[in-house]
Amino acid sequence: MGVAVSIQQVVKSFGSLRALDGVSLEIAEGEFFGLLGPNGAGKTTLISCLAGLVRPDQGTLSVMGCDVLADYREARRRLGVVPQELVFDPFFSVRETLRIQSGYFGIRHNDDWIDEILENLDLTAKADVNMRRLSGGMKRRVLVAQALVHKPPVIVLDEPTAGVDVELRQGLWQFVRRLNSEGHTVILTTHYLEEAEALCGRIAMLKQGRVVALDTTGNLLARFSGHTLNLRLKNGAALPDALRARATTSLGALVFRLTGFDEIEPLLAGIRQAGCVIDDLRLTQTDLEDVFVGVMQGVDVGSGAAPR
Amino acid sequence: MTGFRTLLYKEVLRFWKVSFQTVAAPVLTALLYLLIFSHVLDAQVQVNGVRYTAFLIPGLVIMSVLQNAFANSSSSLIQSKVTGSVVFVLLPPISYVEFFLAYSVAAMLRGLMVGFGVLLATGWLAPLTFVAPGWILVFAVIGGGIMGSLGMIAGIWADKFDQLAGFQNFLIMPLTMLSGVFYSIHSLPPFWQRLSHFNPVFYMIDGFRYGFFGVSDVAPGTSLAVVAASFLAVATTTLALLRSGYKLRY
Repeated sequence: MGVAVSIQQVVKSFGSLRALDGVSLEIAEGEFFGLLGPNGAGKTTLISCLAGLVRPDQGTLSVMGCDVLADYREARRRLGVVPQELVFDPFFSVRETLRIQSGYFGIRHNDDWIDEILENLDLTAKADVNMRRLSGGMKRRVLVAQALVHKPPVIVLDEPTAGVDVELRQGLWQFVRRLNSEGHTVILTTHYLEEAEALCGRIAMLKQGRVVALDTTGNLLARFSGHTLNLRLKNGAALPDALRARATTSLGALVFRLTGFDEIEPLLAGIRQAGCVIDDLRLTQTDLEDVFVGVMQGVDVGSGAAPR
Repeated sequence: MTGFRTLLYKEVLRFWKVSFQTVAAPVLTALLYLLIFSHVLDAQVQVNGVRYTAFLIPGLVIMSVLQNAFANSSSSLIQSKVTGSVVFVLLPPISYVEFFLAYSVAAMLRGLMVGFGVLLATGWLAPLTFVAPGWILVFAVIGGGIMGSLGMIAGIWADKFDQLAGFQNFLIMPLTMLSGVFYSIHSLPPFWQRLSHFNPVFYMIDGFRYGFFGVSDVAPGTSLAVVAASFLAVATTTLALLRSGYKLRY
Protein backbone atom coordinates (compact mmCIF):
# COMPACT_ATOMS: atom_id res chain seq x y z
CA MET A 1 0.00 0.00 0.00
CA GLY A 2 1.28 3.44 -0.89
CA VAL A 3 1.19 6.56 1.21
CA ALA A 4 -2.03 8.55 0.84
CA VAL A 5 -1.13 11.49 3.04
CA SER A 6 2.27 12.52 4.25
CA ILE A 7 2.69 15.31 6.79
CA GLN A 8 6.25 16.18 7.77
CA GLN A 9 7.26 18.52 10.58
CA VAL A 10 4.47 20.98 9.96
CA VAL A 11 4.58 24.17 11.99
CA LYS A 12 1.98 26.91 11.83
CA SER A 13 1.57 29.94 14.08
CA PHE A 14 -1.18 32.53 14.17
CA GLY A 15 0.44 35.48 15.88
CA SER A 16 1.78 34.20 19.19
CA LEU A 17 -0.37 31.05 19.06
CA ARG A 18 1.48 28.00 17.83
CA ALA A 19 -1.40 26.07 16.31
CA LEU A 20 0.77 23.28 14.90
CA ASP A 21 4.06 22.54 16.58
CA GLY A 22 5.95 20.10 14.40
CA VAL A 23 3.28 17.59 13.36
CA SER A 24 4.36 14.53 11.40
CA LEU A 25 1.98 11.82 10.24
CA GLU A 26 1.80 9.26 7.48
CA ILE A 27 -1.49 7.77 6.44
CA ALA A 28 -1.53 4.78 4.14
CA GLU A 29 -3.83 4.29 1.19
CA GLY A 30 -7.11 2.71 2.21
CA GLU A 31 -6.86 3.62 5.89
CA PHE A 32 -9.74 4.89 7.99
CA PHE A 33 -7.81 7.33 10.13
CA GLY A 34 -9.03 9.30 13.11
CA LEU A 35 -7.72 12.67 14.18
CA LEU A 36 -8.78 13.44 17.72
CA GLY A 37 -8.11 16.19 20.17
CA PRO A 38 -9.84 18.83 22.25
CA ASN A 39 -11.01 22.12 20.76
CA GLY A 40 -8.02 24.20 19.74
CA ALA A 41 -5.68 21.22 19.48
CA GLY A 42 -4.95 22.00 15.83
CA LYS A 43 -7.07 19.43 14.02
CA THR A 44 -8.81 21.86 11.70
CA THR A 45 -5.59 23.81 11.12
CA LEU A 46 -3.88 20.58 10.09
CA ILE A 47 -6.69 19.70 7.71
CA SER A 48 -6.68 23.25 6.33
CA CYS A 49 -2.94 22.94 5.64
CA LEU A 50 -3.60 19.70 3.78
CA ALA A 51 -6.37 21.38 1.76
CA GLY A 52 -4.31 24.46 0.93
CA LEU A 53 -6.57 26.80 2.93
CA VAL A 54 -3.77 27.50 5.39
CA ARG A 55 -0.13 27.77 4.45
CA PRO A 56 2.29 26.16 6.89
CA ASP A 57 5.25 28.18 8.21
CA GLN A 58 7.45 25.10 7.98
CA GLY A 59 7.19 21.53 6.87
CA THR A 60 5.68 19.75 3.91
CA LEU A 61 2.41 18.01 3.18
CA SER A 62 1.45 15.81 0.28
CA VAL A 63 -1.64 13.99 -0.94
CA MET A 64 -1.04 10.79 -2.94
CA GLY A 65 2.53 11.94 -3.49
CA CYS A 66 1.60 15.44 -4.72
CA ASP A 67 2.93 18.35 -2.70
CA VAL A 68 0.04 20.56 -1.59
CA LEU A 69 1.89 23.78 -2.48
CA ALA A 70 4.24 22.98 -5.35
CA ASP A 71 1.81 20.64 -7.08
CA TYR A 72 -1.41 22.06 -5.66
CA ARG A 73 -3.61 21.25 -8.65
CA GLU A 74 -2.86 17.55 -8.56
CA ALA A 75 -2.98 17.45 -4.76
CA ARG A 76 -6.40 19.13 -4.64
CA ARG A 77 -7.81 16.81 -7.33
CA ARG A 78 -7.00 13.92 -5.05
CA LEU A 79 -8.55 15.39 -1.93
CA GLY A 80 -12.17 15.89 -0.92
CA VAL A 81 -12.82 17.95 2.19
CA VAL A 82 -16.06 18.19 4.14
CA PRO A 83 -15.64 21.42 6.08
CA GLN A 84 -16.67 21.72 9.69
CA GLU A 85 -18.80 24.84 9.28
CA LEU A 86 -22.25 24.44 7.78
CA VAL A 87 -21.62 26.61 4.73
CA PHE A 88 -23.63 26.86 1.51
CA ASP A 89 -24.14 29.13 -1.46
CA PRO A 90 -27.69 30.47 -1.14
CA PHE A 91 -28.08 31.23 -4.85
CA PHE A 92 -28.20 27.66 -6.10
CA SER A 93 -30.15 24.41 -5.90
CA VAL A 94 -28.54 21.20 -4.71
CA ARG A 95 -27.96 19.94 -8.24
CA GLU A 96 -26.59 23.27 -9.43
CA THR A 97 -24.25 23.33 -6.45
CA LEU A 98 -22.91 19.88 -7.31
CA ARG A 99 -22.60 20.60 -11.03
CA ILE A 100 -20.69 23.78 -10.31
CA GLN A 101 -18.44 22.01 -7.83
CA SER A 102 -17.71 19.35 -10.48
CA GLY A 103 -16.79 22.06 -12.95
CA TYR A 104 -14.33 23.60 -10.50
CA PHE A 105 -12.53 20.28 -10.53
CA GLY A 106 -12.50 20.24 -14.32
CA ILE A 107 -15.30 17.70 -14.67
CA ARG A 108 -18.18 18.28 -17.07
CA HIS A 109 -21.24 16.09 -17.61
CA ASN A 110 -20.97 14.55 -14.16
CA ASP A 111 -24.67 13.86 -13.67
CA ASP A 112 -24.45 10.08 -13.43
CA TRP A 113 -22.09 10.27 -10.49
CA ILE A 114 -24.01 13.20 -8.98
CA ASP A 115 -27.21 11.12 -9.12
CA GLU A 116 -25.45 8.26 -7.41
CA ILE A 117 -24.15 10.49 -4.61
CA LEU A 118 -27.58 12.08 -4.19
CA GLU A 119 -29.17 8.69 -3.86
CA ASN A 120 -26.63 7.42 -1.37
CA LEU A 121 -27.03 10.50 0.78
CA ASP A 122 -30.83 10.38 0.49
CA LEU A 123 -30.90 13.71 -1.30
CA THR A 124 -32.58 12.75 -4.55
CA ALA A 125 -35.90 14.32 -3.55
CA LYS A 126 -34.10 17.58 -2.72
CA ALA A 127 -32.04 17.79 -5.92
CA ASP A 128 -33.86 20.82 -7.31
CA VAL A 129 -34.49 22.57 -4.01
CA ASN A 130 -32.61 25.77 -3.24
CA MET A 131 -29.90 25.38 -0.62
CA ARG A 132 -31.56 27.98 1.59
CA ARG A 133 -34.65 25.81 2.00
CA LEU A 134 -32.79 22.78 3.32
CA SER A 135 -32.61 21.81 6.98
CA GLY A 136 -29.24 21.76 8.74
CA GLY A 137 -28.88 18.02 8.36
CA MET A 138 -29.67 18.21 4.65
CA LYS A 139 -27.12 20.98 4.16
CA ARG A 140 -24.57 18.78 5.90
CA ARG A 141 -25.30 16.01 3.42
CA VAL A 142 -24.79 18.39 0.52
CA LEU A 143 -21.40 19.33 1.97
CA VAL A 144 -20.47 15.66 1.95
CA ALA A 145 -21.73 15.35 -1.63
CA GLN A 146 -19.69 18.39 -2.69
CA ALA A 147 -16.54 16.80 -1.32
CA LEU A 148 -17.16 13.68 -3.40
CA VAL A 149 -18.05 15.08 -6.84
CA HIS A 150 -14.54 14.52 -8.17
CA LYS A 151 -14.19 11.01 -6.69
CA PRO A 152 -11.17 11.92 -4.60
CA PRO A 153 -9.00 9.02 -3.41
CA VAL A 154 -8.57 10.81 -0.07
CA ILE A 155 -11.61 12.08 1.83
CA VAL A 156 -11.36 14.32 4.88
CA LEU A 157 -14.38 14.73 7.12
CA ASP A 158 -13.97 17.49 9.68
CA GLU A 159 -16.53 16.77 12.40
CA PRO A 160 -19.20 15.75 9.90
CA THR A 161 -21.72 14.60 12.49
CA ALA A 162 -21.72 17.66 14.74
CA GLY A 163 -25.38 18.55 15.27
CA VAL A 164 -26.65 15.77 13.05
CA ASP A 165 -29.51 13.42 13.94
CA VAL A 166 -29.00 9.72 14.54
CA GLU A 167 -30.55 8.61 11.26
CA LEU A 168 -28.26 10.73 9.13
CA ARG A 169 -25.27 9.75 11.21
CA GLN A 170 -25.96 6.07 10.58
CA GLY A 171 -26.57 6.64 6.87
CA LEU A 172 -23.48 8.77 6.53
CA TRP A 173 -21.23 6.22 8.19
CA GLN A 174 -22.64 3.45 6.08
CA PHE A 175 -21.79 5.44 2.95
CA VAL A 176 -18.36 6.48 4.15
CA ARG A 177 -17.57 2.90 5.18
CA ARG A 178 -18.52 1.76 1.70
CA LEU A 179 -16.26 4.37 0.13
CA ASN A 180 -13.48 3.22 2.44
CA SER A 181 -14.03 -0.42 1.49
CA GLU A 182 -13.85 0.60 -2.17
CA GLY A 183 -10.35 1.92 -1.55
CA HIS A 184 -10.84 5.55 -0.54
CA THR A 185 -8.65 6.74 2.28
CA VAL A 186 -10.77 8.42 4.94
CA ILE A 187 -9.56 10.90 7.54
CA LEU A 188 -12.05 11.77 10.24
CA THR A 189 -12.04 14.29 13.02
CA THR A 190 -14.82 13.98 15.52
CA HIS A 191 -15.80 14.78 19.06
CA TYR A 192 -17.81 11.58 19.28
CA LEU A 193 -15.20 9.16 20.52
CA GLU A 194 -17.43 6.14 20.16
CA GLU A 195 -17.63 6.93 16.43
CA ALA A 196 -13.87 7.04 16.15
CA GLU A 197 -13.58 3.82 18.12
CA ALA A 198 -16.08 2.06 15.89
CA LEU A 199 -14.79 3.36 12.56
CA CYS A 200 -11.10 4.20 12.68
CA GLY A 201 -8.38 1.66 12.22
CA ARG A 202 -5.73 4.04 13.44
CA ILE A 203 -5.89 7.19 15.52
CA ALA A 204 -3.72 10.20 16.17
CA MET A 205 -4.41 12.40 19.15
CA LEU A 206 -3.45 16.03 19.00
CA LYS A 207 -2.86 18.32 21.94
CA GLN A 208 -1.67 21.90 21.67
CA GLY A 209 -0.44 21.38 18.13
CA ARG A 210 1.48 18.17 18.79
CA VAL A 211 0.79 14.51 18.16
CA VAL A 212 0.63 12.99 21.64
CA ALA A 213 -0.58 9.52 20.66
CA LEU A 214 -0.48 7.62 17.39
CA ASP A 215 -1.39 3.97 17.10
CA THR A 216 -4.01 1.53 15.92
CA THR A 217 -7.28 1.87 17.78
CA GLY A 218 -6.86 -1.64 19.20
CA ASN A 219 -3.40 -0.92 20.54
CA LEU A 220 -4.46 2.35 22.07
CA LEU A 221 -7.28 0.64 23.90
CA ALA A 222 -5.07 -2.26 24.97
CA ARG A 223 -2.15 -0.17 26.10
CA PHE A 224 -4.19 1.99 28.31
CA SER A 225 -5.05 -0.83 30.72
CA GLY A 226 -7.93 -3.21 30.52
CA HIS A 227 -10.83 -2.42 32.80
CA THR A 228 -12.23 -0.12 35.38
CA LEU A 229 -14.19 -1.05 38.47
CA ASN A 230 -16.81 1.47 39.57
CA LEU A 231 -18.00 1.19 43.16
CA ARG A 232 -20.50 2.94 45.30
CA LEU A 233 -20.42 2.33 49.07
CA LYS A 234 -23.43 2.23 51.33
CA ASN A 235 -24.02 5.32 53.47
CA GLY A 236 -20.97 6.98 51.99
CA ALA A 237 -18.67 4.86 54.17
CA ALA A 238 -15.00 5.78 54.05
CA LEU A 239 -12.33 3.45 52.68
CA PRO A 240 -9.04 2.83 54.44
CA ASP A 241 -6.32 5.14 53.15
CA ALA A 242 -4.41 2.39 51.35
CA LEU A 243 -7.39 1.62 49.13
CA ARG A 244 -8.53 5.23 48.89
CA ALA A 245 -5.21 6.18 47.31
CA ARG A 246 -5.75 3.77 44.41
CA ALA A 247 -9.15 5.17 43.44
CA THR A 248 -10.35 8.25 41.69
CA THR A 249 -13.87 9.55 42.11
CA SER A 250 -16.31 10.20 39.35
CA LEU A 251 -19.88 11.37 39.99
CA GLY A 252 -19.71 10.13 43.60
CA ALA A 253 -18.47 6.67 42.62
CA LEU A 254 -15.00 5.25 43.27
CA VAL A 255 -13.16 4.26 40.13
CA PHE A 256 -10.33 1.69 40.20
CA ARG A 257 -8.27 1.14 37.09
CA LEU A 258 -7.34 -2.51 36.66
CA THR A 259 -4.78 -4.18 34.49
CA GLY A 260 -6.17 -7.66 35.09
CA PHE A 261 -9.08 -9.49 36.64
CA ASP A 262 -6.81 -10.95 39.35
CA GLU A 263 -6.79 -7.56 41.03
CA ILE A 264 -10.51 -7.70 41.76
CA GLU A 265 -10.54 -10.32 44.48
CA PRO A 266 -7.91 -8.68 46.81
CA LEU A 267 -9.63 -5.33 46.27
CA LEU A 268 -13.04 -6.62 47.33
CA ALA A 269 -11.45 -8.47 50.28
CA GLY A 270 -9.84 -5.20 51.43
CA ILE A 271 -13.19 -3.45 51.30
CA ARG A 272 -14.88 -6.20 53.27
CA GLN A 273 -12.16 -6.17 55.93
CA ALA A 274 -12.63 -2.44 56.34
CA GLY A 275 -16.27 -3.12 57.14
CA CYS A 276 -17.64 -1.28 54.14
CA VAL A 277 -20.76 -2.47 52.35
CA ILE A 278 -21.00 -2.18 48.58
CA ASP A 279 -24.14 -0.52 47.26
CA ASP A 280 -23.46 -0.69 43.53
CA LEU A 281 -20.69 -2.23 41.43
CA ARG A 282 -19.88 -2.08 37.74
CA LEU A 283 -17.02 -3.51 35.76
CA THR A 284 -16.41 -1.71 32.46
CA GLN A 285 -13.97 -2.12 29.63
CA THR A 286 -11.72 0.80 28.82
CA ASP A 287 -13.11 2.77 25.91
CA LEU A 288 -11.57 5.43 23.76
CA GLU A 289 -12.87 8.09 26.08
CA ASP A 290 -10.72 6.74 28.92
CA VAL A 291 -7.72 6.68 26.60
CA PHE A 292 -8.47 10.18 25.40
CA VAL A 293 -8.80 11.56 28.92
CA GLY A 294 -5.64 9.77 29.97
CA VAL A 295 -3.67 11.08 27.01
CA MET A 296 -4.88 14.62 27.48
CA GLN A 297 -3.88 14.43 31.14
CA GLY A 298 -0.38 13.58 30.06
CA VAL A 299 -0.21 9.81 30.35
CA ASP A 300 2.14 8.48 27.70
CA VAL A 301 0.46 5.79 25.67
CA GLY A 302 2.23 6.20 22.38
CA SER A 303 5.59 4.75 23.38
CA GLY A 304 4.51 1.19 23.91
CA ALA A 305 4.73 1.25 27.71
CA ALA A 306 1.69 0.00 29.58
CA PRO A 307 0.76 2.74 32.02
CA ARG A 308 -1.32 2.03 35.12
CA MET B 1 -10.01 25.87 -18.47
CA THR B 2 -13.13 24.11 -17.17
CA GLY B 3 -12.39 25.55 -13.73
CA PHE B 4 -12.32 29.09 -15.10
CA ARG B 5 -15.39 28.55 -17.23
CA THR B 6 -17.36 27.13 -14.34
CA LEU B 7 -16.36 29.90 -11.97
CA LEU B 8 -17.30 32.48 -14.59
CA TYR B 9 -20.62 30.71 -15.19
CA LYS B 10 -21.32 30.58 -11.47
CA GLU B 11 -20.52 34.27 -11.04
CA VAL B 12 -22.80 35.24 -13.91
CA LEU B 13 -25.57 32.93 -12.69
CA ARG B 14 -25.22 34.46 -9.23
CA PHE B 15 -26.14 37.97 -10.36
CA TRP B 16 -28.53 36.79 -13.06
CA LYS B 17 -30.66 34.92 -10.54
CA VAL B 18 -31.25 38.19 -8.74
CA SER B 19 -31.26 40.33 -11.87
CA PHE B 20 -34.18 42.40 -10.70
CA GLN B 21 -31.88 43.79 -8.05
CA THR B 22 -28.56 43.61 -9.91
CA VAL B 23 -29.59 44.74 -13.40
CA ALA B 24 -33.08 46.23 -13.44
CA ALA B 25 -32.65 48.39 -10.33
CA PRO B 26 -29.52 50.25 -11.51
CA VAL B 27 -31.15 50.82 -14.90
CA LEU B 28 -34.10 52.45 -13.17
CA THR B 29 -31.78 54.61 -11.04
CA ALA B 30 -29.97 55.87 -14.13
CA LEU B 31 -33.27 56.58 -15.86
CA LEU B 32 -34.42 58.66 -12.89
CA TYR B 33 -31.20 60.68 -12.94
CA LEU B 34 -31.72 61.37 -16.60
CA LEU B 35 -35.36 62.35 -16.32
CA ILE B 36 -34.66 64.79 -13.50
CA PHE B 37 -31.51 66.40 -14.89
CA SER B 38 -32.82 66.66 -18.42
CA HIS B 39 -36.06 68.18 -17.17
CA VAL B 40 -34.12 70.88 -15.29
CA LEU B 41 -31.25 71.49 -17.68
CA ASP B 42 -32.03 70.37 -21.23
CA ALA B 43 -33.41 73.73 -22.33
CA GLN B 44 -30.57 75.79 -20.84
CA VAL B 45 -27.41 73.76 -21.32
CA GLN B 46 -25.37 72.54 -24.25
CA VAL B 47 -21.98 70.84 -23.86
CA ASN B 48 -19.49 70.87 -26.75
CA GLY B 49 -22.40 71.65 -29.06
CA VAL B 50 -24.41 68.67 -27.80
CA ARG B 51 -27.82 68.90 -26.11
CA TYR B 52 -27.50 68.28 -22.37
CA THR B 53 -29.70 65.17 -22.32
CA ALA B 54 -27.73 63.61 -25.15
CA PHE B 55 -24.48 64.57 -23.39
CA LEU B 56 -25.67 63.02 -20.14
CA ILE B 57 -26.76 59.64 -21.54
CA PRO B 58 -23.29 58.21 -22.32
CA GLY B 59 -22.07 59.50 -18.94
CA LEU B 60 -24.84 57.63 -17.14
CA VAL B 61 -24.23 54.52 -19.22
CA ILE B 62 -20.53 54.28 -18.41
CA MET B 63 -21.11 55.24 -14.77
CA SER B 64 -23.53 52.34 -14.50
CA VAL B 65 -21.01 50.02 -16.15
CA LEU B 66 -18.32 51.04 -13.66
CA GLN B 67 -20.40 51.01 -10.48
CA ASN B 68 -22.04 47.68 -11.25
CA ALA B 69 -18.80 45.99 -12.24
CA PHE B 70 -17.37 47.06 -8.89
CA ALA B 71 -20.49 45.99 -7.02
CA ASN B 72 -20.49 42.54 -8.61
CA SER B 73 -17.06 41.24 -7.72
CA SER B 74 -16.89 43.00 -4.36
CA SER B 75 -20.28 41.82 -3.13
CA SER B 76 -19.75 38.28 -4.38
CA LEU B 77 -16.45 37.98 -2.52
CA ILE B 78 -17.54 39.59 0.72
CA GLN B 79 -20.70 37.48 0.82
CA SER B 80 -18.85 34.26 0.30
CA LYS B 81 -16.22 35.29 2.84
CA VAL B 82 -18.76 36.24 5.48
CA THR B 83 -20.87 33.11 4.96
CA GLY B 84 -17.82 30.88 4.61
CA SER B 85 -18.83 29.50 1.21
CA VAL B 86 -15.59 30.90 -0.22
CA VAL B 87 -14.06 27.50 0.65
CA PHE B 88 -15.91 26.03 -2.32
CA VAL B 89 -13.70 28.05 -4.67
CA LEU B 90 -10.55 27.72 -2.56
CA LEU B 91 -10.57 23.93 -2.27
CA PRO B 92 -10.60 23.09 -6.01
CA PRO B 93 -7.57 23.24 -8.29
CA ILE B 94 -8.32 26.73 -9.62
CA SER B 95 -5.26 28.90 -10.23
CA TYR B 96 -5.14 32.48 -9.05
CA VAL B 97 -5.08 33.67 -12.67
CA GLU B 98 -8.28 31.73 -13.45
CA PHE B 99 -9.78 33.12 -10.27
CA PHE B 100 -8.91 36.67 -11.31
CA LEU B 101 -10.20 36.25 -14.86
CA ALA B 102 -13.49 34.66 -13.82
CA TYR B 103 -14.39 37.32 -11.28
CA SER B 104 -13.29 40.25 -13.48
CA VAL B 105 -15.01 39.00 -16.62
CA ALA B 106 -18.24 38.30 -14.71
CA ALA B 107 -18.09 41.79 -13.19
CA MET B 108 -17.46 43.27 -16.62
CA LEU B 109 -20.40 41.37 -18.07
CA ARG B 110 -22.74 42.63 -15.35
CA GLY B 111 -21.47 46.17 -15.96
CA LEU B 112 -21.98 45.88 -19.71
CA MET B 113 -25.42 44.38 -19.24
CA VAL B 114 -26.52 47.23 -16.98
CA GLY B 115 -24.89 49.78 -19.29
CA PHE B 116 -26.73 48.36 -22.28
CA GLY B 117 -29.95 48.43 -20.28
CA VAL B 118 -29.41 52.08 -19.41
CA LEU B 119 -28.72 52.87 -23.05
CA LEU B 120 -31.94 51.14 -24.13
CA ALA B 121 -33.97 52.83 -21.42
CA THR B 122 -32.65 56.34 -22.04
CA GLY B 123 -31.49 56.37 -25.66
CA TRP B 124 -34.90 57.31 -27.06
CA LEU B 125 -35.04 60.50 -24.94
CA ALA B 126 -32.44 62.37 -26.99
CA PRO B 127 -30.87 62.17 -30.44
CA LEU B 128 -27.75 60.02 -29.97
CA THR B 129 -25.02 59.47 -32.52
CA PHE B 130 -22.48 56.64 -32.58
CA VAL B 131 -19.50 58.25 -34.31
CA ALA B 132 -16.90 55.68 -33.26
CA PRO B 133 -18.47 52.50 -31.80
CA GLY B 134 -15.04 50.90 -31.39
CA TRP B 135 -14.06 53.49 -28.76
CA ILE B 136 -17.38 52.98 -26.98
CA LEU B 137 -16.75 49.28 -26.64
CA VAL B 138 -13.08 49.60 -25.69
CA PHE B 139 -13.71 52.04 -22.85
CA ALA B 140 -16.71 50.11 -21.56
CA VAL B 141 -14.79 46.83 -21.54
CA ILE B 142 -11.58 48.13 -19.98
CA GLY B 143 -13.49 50.35 -17.55
CA GLY B 144 -15.57 47.35 -16.46
CA GLY B 145 -12.38 45.31 -16.09
CA ILE B 146 -10.75 47.96 -13.90
CA MET B 147 -13.74 48.24 -11.62
CA GLY B 148 -14.29 44.48 -11.50
CA SER B 149 -10.68 44.08 -10.48
CA LEU B 150 -10.90 46.91 -7.94
CA GLY B 151 -14.03 45.24 -6.58
CA MET B 152 -11.99 42.09 -6.02
CA ILE B 153 -9.41 44.04 -4.04
CA ALA B 154 -12.15 45.61 -1.92
CA GLY B 155 -13.93 42.28 -1.44
CA ILE B 156 -10.72 40.52 -0.44
CA TRP B 157 -9.63 43.32 1.88
CA ALA B 158 -12.95 43.92 3.66
CA ASP B 159 -13.84 41.63 6.55
CA LYS B 160 -17.27 43.12 7.10
CA PHE B 161 -20.01 44.59 4.94
CA ASP B 162 -19.59 48.08 6.40
CA GLN B 163 -15.91 48.16 5.44
CA LEU B 164 -16.93 47.37 1.88
CA ALA B 165 -19.65 50.01 2.01
CA GLY B 166 -17.00 52.50 3.14
CA PHE B 167 -14.81 51.62 0.17
CA GLN B 168 -17.78 51.98 -2.15
CA ASN B 169 -19.20 55.21 -0.71
CA PHE B 170 -15.99 57.08 0.02
CA LEU B 171 -13.86 56.03 -2.93
CA ILE B 172 -15.82 54.59 -5.83
CA MET B 173 -18.82 56.95 -5.63
CA PRO B 174 -16.79 60.21 -5.50
CA LEU B 175 -14.42 58.98 -8.22
CA THR B 176 -17.31 58.18 -10.56
CA MET B 177 -19.56 61.14 -9.69
CA LEU B 178 -16.75 63.73 -9.89
CA SER B 179 -15.43 62.56 -13.20
CA GLY B 180 -17.53 64.38 -15.76
CA VAL B 181 -20.63 62.22 -15.88
CA PHE B 182 -22.83 65.26 -15.39
CA TYR B 183 -20.61 68.01 -16.81
CA SER B 184 -17.65 68.74 -19.04
CA ILE B 185 -14.60 69.42 -16.91
CA HIS B 186 -13.95 72.50 -19.08
CA SER B 187 -16.78 74.11 -17.17
CA LEU B 188 -14.88 73.66 -13.88
CA PRO B 189 -12.57 76.24 -12.21
CA PRO B 190 -8.90 75.60 -13.16
CA PHE B 191 -7.99 73.92 -9.86
CA TRP B 192 -10.78 71.35 -10.13
CA GLN B 193 -10.01 70.86 -13.81
CA ARG B 194 -6.41 69.98 -12.94
CA LEU B 195 -7.54 67.71 -10.11
CA SER B 196 -9.93 65.88 -12.44
CA HIS B 197 -6.98 64.91 -14.59
CA PHE B 198 -5.72 62.75 -11.72
CA ASN B 199 -8.94 60.77 -11.68
CA PRO B 200 -8.66 57.77 -14.01
CA VAL B 201 -12.46 57.51 -14.16
CA PHE B 202 -12.53 60.88 -15.90
CA TYR B 203 -10.60 59.35 -18.84
CA MET B 204 -12.92 56.35 -19.01
CA ILE B 205 -15.94 58.61 -19.28
CA ASP B 206 -14.34 61.12 -21.61
CA GLY B 207 -13.10 58.44 -24.01
CA PHE B 208 -16.43 56.59 -23.87
CA ARG B 209 -18.32 59.78 -24.71
CA TYR B 210 -15.96 60.49 -27.60
CA GLY B 211 -17.27 57.30 -29.22
CA PHE B 212 -20.73 58.83 -29.34
CA PHE B 213 -20.10 62.43 -30.37
CA GLY B 214 -16.55 62.54 -31.70
CA VAL B 215 -15.73 65.35 -29.28
CA SER B 216 -14.02 65.09 -25.90
CA ASP B 217 -12.05 67.04 -23.30
CA VAL B 218 -8.94 64.94 -23.93
CA ALA B 219 -7.80 63.12 -27.07
CA PRO B 220 -9.22 59.54 -26.95
CA GLY B 221 -5.78 58.03 -27.53
CA THR B 222 -4.51 59.74 -24.38
CA SER B 223 -7.53 58.52 -22.45
CA LEU B 224 -6.95 54.99 -23.69
CA ALA B 225 -3.32 55.11 -22.55
CA VAL B 226 -4.34 56.27 -19.06
CA VAL B 227 -7.15 53.72 -18.81
CA ALA B 228 -4.98 50.86 -20.05
CA ALA B 229 -2.21 51.80 -17.60
CA SER B 230 -4.79 51.94 -14.79
CA PHE B 231 -6.05 48.51 -15.73
CA LEU B 232 -2.54 47.08 -15.69
CA ALA B 233 -1.85 48.62 -12.29
CA VAL B 234 -5.10 47.38 -10.71
CA ALA B 235 -4.89 43.94 -12.34
CA THR B 236 -1.27 43.47 -11.24
CA THR B 237 -2.18 44.42 -7.68
CA THR B 238 -5.17 42.06 -7.65
CA LEU B 239 -3.12 39.20 -9.07
CA ALA B 240 -0.39 39.80 -6.49
CA LEU B 241 -2.97 39.71 -3.68
CA LEU B 242 -4.51 36.50 -4.99
CA ARG B 243 -1.13 34.91 -5.46
CA SER B 244 -0.10 35.71 -1.90
CA GLY B 245 -3.40 34.39 -0.59
CA TYR B 246 -3.97 37.65 1.29
CA LYS B 247 -7.03 37.28 3.54
CA LEU B 248 -8.11 34.21 1.60
CA ARG B 249 -5.53 31.57 2.47
CA TYR B 250 -3.98 32.04 5.89
